[in-house]
Amino acid sequence: MTSLARPNDYTAYPDAEGRFGDYGGRYVPETLMPLVHELDAAYRAAKADAGFQAELGGYLKHYVGRPSPLYLAERLTAHYGGAKVYFKREELNHTGAHKINNCMGQILLAMRMGKTRIIAETGAGQHGVATATVCARFGLPCVVYMGEVDVARQEPNVFRMNLLGAEVRPVTSGSATLKDAMNEALRDWVTNVEDTYYLIGSAAGPHPYPEMVRDFQAVIGQEARAQVLEMEGRLPDAVVACVGGGSNAIGLFHPFLNDEGVKLIGVEAAGEGMQGRHAAAINGGRPGVLHGNKTYLLQDGEGQITEAHSISAGLDYPGIGPEHSWLHDVGRAKYLTATDQEALAAFQLCAELEGIIPALESSHAIARLPEIVAEVGKDGVVVLNLSGRGDKDVATVAAALGRKI
Amino acid sequence: MSKARIDARFAALKAEGRAGFVAYVMAGDPDAATALAILKGLPGAGADLIELGFPFSDPMAEGPPIQRAAQRALAAGMTLSGVLELARAFRAGDAATPLILMGYMNLILHRGIETFAHDAAQVGVDGVIVVDCPPEEAAPLAKALDAADVALIRLASPTSDDERLKVVVKGTSGFVYYISVAGVTGVKEADAAAVAPAVERVRRASGLPVAVGFGIKTPERAAAIARVADAVVVGSALVDEVAAALEMNEDVSARVLLKAESLAKAVRAARIGQTTV
Ligand SMILES: Cc1ncc(COP(=O)(O)O)c(C=O)c1O
Repeated sequence: MTSLARPNDYTAYPDAEGRFGDYGGRYVPETLMPLVHELDAAYRAAKADAGFQAELGGYLKHYVGRPSPLYLAERLTAHYGGAKVYFKREELNHTGAHKINNCMGQILLAMRMGKTRIIAETGAGQHGVATATVCARFGLPCVVYMGEVDVARQEPNVFRMNLLGAEVRPVTSGSATLKDAMNEALRDWVTNVEDTYYLIGSAAGPHPYPEMVRDFQAVIGQEARAQVLEMEGRLPDAVVACVGGGSNAIGLFHPFLNDEGVKLIGVEAAGEGMQGRHAAAINGGRPGVLHGNKTYLLQDGEGQITEAHSISAGLDYPGIGPEHSWLHDVGRAKYLTATDQEALAAFQLCAELEGIIPALESSHAIARLPEIVAEVGKDGVVVLNLSGRGDKDVATVAAALGRKI
Repeated sequence: MSKARIDARFAALKAEGRAGFVAYVMAGDPDAATALAILKGLPGAGADLIELGFPFSDPMAEGPPIQRAAQRALAAGMTLSGVLELARAFRAGDAATPLILMGYMNLILHRGIETFAHDAAQVGVDGVIVVDCPPEEAAPLAKALDAADVALIRLASPTSDDERLKVVVKGTSGFVYYISVAGVTGVKEADAAAVAPAVERVRRASGLPVAVGFGIKTPERAAAIARVADAVVVGSALVDEVAAALEMNEDVSARVLLKAESLAKAVRAARIGQTTV
């Protein structure tokens, strides 16, 4: 669909209605519309407020541990024999992933709005842990909705959230995974409209969430852009990230959108393979409406949402943030896929060659490096977002490799 | 015919000096044949209007009863085409009872907005409620439905202030659906004392009849709401009868219609001896 006109300024989106081209918008029940408008107004005021930005910057530095390093992965570079590979080390953030960047921004906003109760959805539990963390830090009660299936396969993160004082509510409706947790969080929000702030974990949902989460995650790309300019004296040829809902990817991409020479590459989860069960909304889905936005979705021939599958719980979602759908349609970003098996192999390779155990999510991006570094060539530079660390995944990987631990 | 059928029904109710009873049932729950039997029986049981839910995998505004109804219907193979067939079969035997489809945006987009509007009109549907399509997103759908003479019914809620009401009712027709509680269907209970002034506000803003739904489960509550609203919508309590009948191995349509009858009776009797509003 590259026939669509390319805009001059890719960063001018969304428009006032929250649309990225035809995607995004606010497809929520009427009861929530005033709340969504209230959030939009509050976010716009905070975005323009130097005091808010300074406060956020302070917490990102002293609590989250930013900036995260940009690191030349020398042995992986040598192994692939193509372009230089840099890792943006989001796994070194407090709580071990990029998720906390967004949580810190949103909790400060929630408090500014006078909200006194926080709810969130989680799949792998990474966003739930990050939300529980900031709620503990600021003393706000926290309820995390999590599919019953995910509660079972991410037991340590459930306990972590409990340690941080959050209540984890298992969701049994539908397929009992992330999409159902998001339904349940929306149901909670529509029921508790006075005091509750819904802290969405990815760059998806009704406007202004896709824009707001992107802005809070754009610190990844802003830092990476400055760091690579300093280390290489030029912009990278490609930036690469895994895509679940799309927050770490859009955070990395956004500051590079108008650098047309920089290829933007997202990697979706192909699960068992694109002929089998997968979680690749762009590569295997069609546009539709779910969870408040119009975007690419996995659905059956009748328009019913189908279950996603990925070995990585953080990518196990049938949708993708609307900005990615638009970037795909206009041809500014490219979306590849990696299977469970490819991600597992990349997970082990990265551990062995770099001494870094990556999250299974991030391993999907690593898995596509051979083709990307070959395409860019020996003199090229590639920046890969290492969105999280893989300690949470060791049990899953051991089981997949047939090892008892 | 479509919008006119809704207007005619509300005019008749007004002339009778009573509120209407709106029965919500899920298309295809527990299967297509039983759902059709229920539909056909509802006017006789006292339903003045019928809302026919079309099942979606991810009904974000529904509580457990209607979620489960949707899952039963989907498990039995119901599709949007199947829903339209049910509507056609119902309309073949009833020319007067307004039929409103209620569901979520994705299925409509999937069919194509224009195709959906055209097909709905063809089978005798009079109005459509799309839970996750607020006015901000409704322009293409409103245009297509308008061209097909099908009403796009708008929703108002306790969170709608006067400014918001103006946006909600702009260009609307048929009636306005007032969601009586902030919440999902079938959980919180509606409070008639709080609903009365809200209904009045919505009436004034829209100039249309106001149907009140969400959280009305018993004949007593239905009667209380019937004293202040133009119509009373009951959904979860009816689909719960489907669940109960299945569990007890009873005749599903008989059980649902019995419940509808008791609710309709309460609504019809509510204003007797009361000066009309
Ligand atoms: C480490 C890590 N990376 C990526 C993701 C996917 O989310 P997103 O696409 O929003 O970055 C997750 C989600 O849980 C995650 O934990």
